Amino acid sequence: MNSLRLALAGFLARTVGFALRIAGSGGTSAPGKLLLALAPAAITQLSTRLARGCAVISATNGKTTTSAIVAEVMRADGATLVHNRAGANMAGGIAATLNDQKGDFGLFELDEFWLPSLVEQLRPRAVLMGNLFRDQLDRYGELDQIVDRWREVARSASGARLVLNADDPLIAGLGADAAEPLYFGLEDADAGSTIPQHAAEQACCTVCGEQFVYTRYFVGHLGHYSCPQGHGARPTPEVSATDIELDGLSGSRFVINLPGASFEARLSLPGLYNVYNAVAAAALAFALGVPSDHIRSGIEASSPAFGRAELLEIDGRDCSIMLIKNPAGTNEVLRTLCADEEPRSLLIALNDQIADGRDISWIWDADFEALAETSGAVICSGVRAVELALRLKYAGVEPARVTIEPDLGQALQRSLASTTGRLVILPTYTAMLEVRELLVSRGAATGSFA
Amino acid sequence: MAETKLRIGALYPDQMNIYADRGNIAVLSNRCKWRNIEVSVTSVGIGEALDSEQFNLIYLGGGQDEDQRRCAADLIENKRAGLVAAAENGSVVVGVCGGYQLFGHWYELGEERIAGVGLLDVETTRSNGPRLIGNVAIATALPGCPDGALLAGFENHGGRTRLLEGAQPLGSVVSGHGNDGSSGNEGCRAGNVIGTYLHGPLLPANSWFADWLIAAALRAGDGLPQLDDDLEERAHVAACRAAGVKPD
Repeated sequence: MNSLRLALAGFLARTVGFALRIAGSGGTSAPGKLLLALAPAAITQLSTRLARGCAVISATNGKTTTSAIVAEVMRADGATLVHNRAGANMAGGIAATLNDQKGDFGLFELDEFWLPSLVEQLRPRAVLMGNLFRDQLDRYGELDQIVDRWREVARSASGARLVLNADDPLIAGLGADAAEPLYFGLEDADAGSTIPQHAAEQACCTVCGEQFVYTRYFVGHLGHYSCPQGHGARPTPEVSATDIELDGLSGSRFVINLPGASFEARLSLPGLYNVYNAVAAAALAFALGVPSDHIRSGIEASSPAFGRAELLEIDGRDCSIMLIKNPAGTNEVLRTLCADEEPRSLLIALNDQIADGRDISWIWDADFEALAETSGAVICSGVRAVELALRLKYAGVEPARVTIEPDLGQALQRSLASTTGRLVILPTYTAMLEVRELLVSRGAATGSFA
Repeated sequence: MAETKLRIGALYPDQMNIYADRGNIAVLSNRCKWRNIEVSVTSVGIGEALDSEQFNLIYLGGGQDEDQRRCAADLIENKRAGLVAAAENGSVVVGVCGGYQLFGHWYELGEERIAGVGLLDVETTRSNGPRLIGNVAIATALPGCPDGALLAGFENHGGRTRLLEGAQPLGSVVSGHGNDGSSGNEGCRAGNVIGTYLHGPLLPANSWFADWLIAAALRAGDGLPQLDDDLEERAHVAACRAAGVKPD
């Protein structure tokens, strides 16, 4: 009875999804929601059919890119994937992905807020908790609440191996509640900095409440830390990256160390934050029993995920799209950008839809001051273009460099006209979808949800 | 003007900074620098006493519950006397969101009651109802400003704040929730002591109010020299529009 109901509900949801795509409204969550309304247990029922089981990934920053790297690794390992690669990461999106795709292994990035209930329904073999940063407070509430919810997952996720970032004290602290956590982190004393960035969260020792002290900061509050009263410190990661060499916007090279194996890898994604995504992916794959040569070839085969450091060509010019959505992520993008000396012009697009965060306060926590040291035109676009331009004024960016053009199509046109070098586009989430649509219509990018 | 330097005391910038409070400080200090008014920003953290003579503008932002609890205890122990003296001297004291709540008499979270410093005659209770979240615009009545001058911002709070008898709101809600979602009041003002739920942050979206605070802190009765505020005014209009309000 149950399986008949599921089959019918699944058929209906696929039909609705098909009709919506014909009608030209891609990326909607309606089919998944319909499926769950008709068959509330669909996620559990469909996921038990995955012969190799499934794994889930959550983090404030990097979950789409980490999933994309894991996908390459699992493909190298011979898996066929059921994967929400376009980032539909709440219940409806997961249900639709399971209903629409056929494969033997499920790979799901999950929204931070949805992680507990979806872990319960999916019963994954491994859960990767990547990092937690301040993000969209209007939607998620305060960070403490997410940490509490994730602690419940660490306590109760029976049968799932927990893969945790040793360098994020908010995540590593959850290991105390887990059966046999696997830690990953960076072990390179030349990477990062000894000075904290502005957006750093204040992480405190859970025993005495004192703030952790750091010998090294890598990305925001991710680094090498310990309690000043000696109550605890960063766990030593079993999976780590060492000998990291960053190469501007074009990528990086590093050594991945696994228990019993290590190898050098070249990654074609820029910045230290993507080294984190690669080492996180390596740790998750190791926890799933994937051999190291498949992990390596997966990392090296990885290309940028949807809108994350994608490299494109528009009208003969090189163009990069780098998503910005919160202070810590934006700081890493700006840092990577400013380390690259190639001449360029910049298009930044700030929207305030629900998926972007209705509250645009966060732009004042991101270090746009870094742009004051650079040169080249900056076009501010999106629904809140004016406030973005104001942020740049107070960041010390020369006003003569800054143009306001709220319409993204116009802004793209003007950016292309004003540069002969590379065009770098930094959009918030819905602006990124819009930019990609524009580029697809110009033939510069391929369809988004292919 | 009576004073030539804006001396900002930023309370607990490491803990109470959740809604980009740094943006408010950046606007205050840049708008002084651009007018060749000297400015200093000094952090006053947990365990440090607050000397009321050292500052003419004191700022306290918002934090997460746990940080707010720690800062509340320290505020009573190390800073209450300094804050009360600063308010009596006519210094400007600004609390945004959590800072506003702690300037009141208390903040009640279920069974627990966190004591505030009592600079403002308000009381706050954490509601079981939804958080009050969204764009907001309020009409103010400040000395020396046009009646009804708008402040725009974003609010996100679980607490419901009640004005005690005789307390004056900072403004009346034109769009959004305000203190408690029902009274139509937003914030509280007693002389130069100001509490509000508006972030966004507050001062980038309302540069005229930043100047009002600076002038009050410097006792600059004649106001401040004009700046080129074309972009600031456009940003103010955009923030009002986000709240669904069309400014004049």
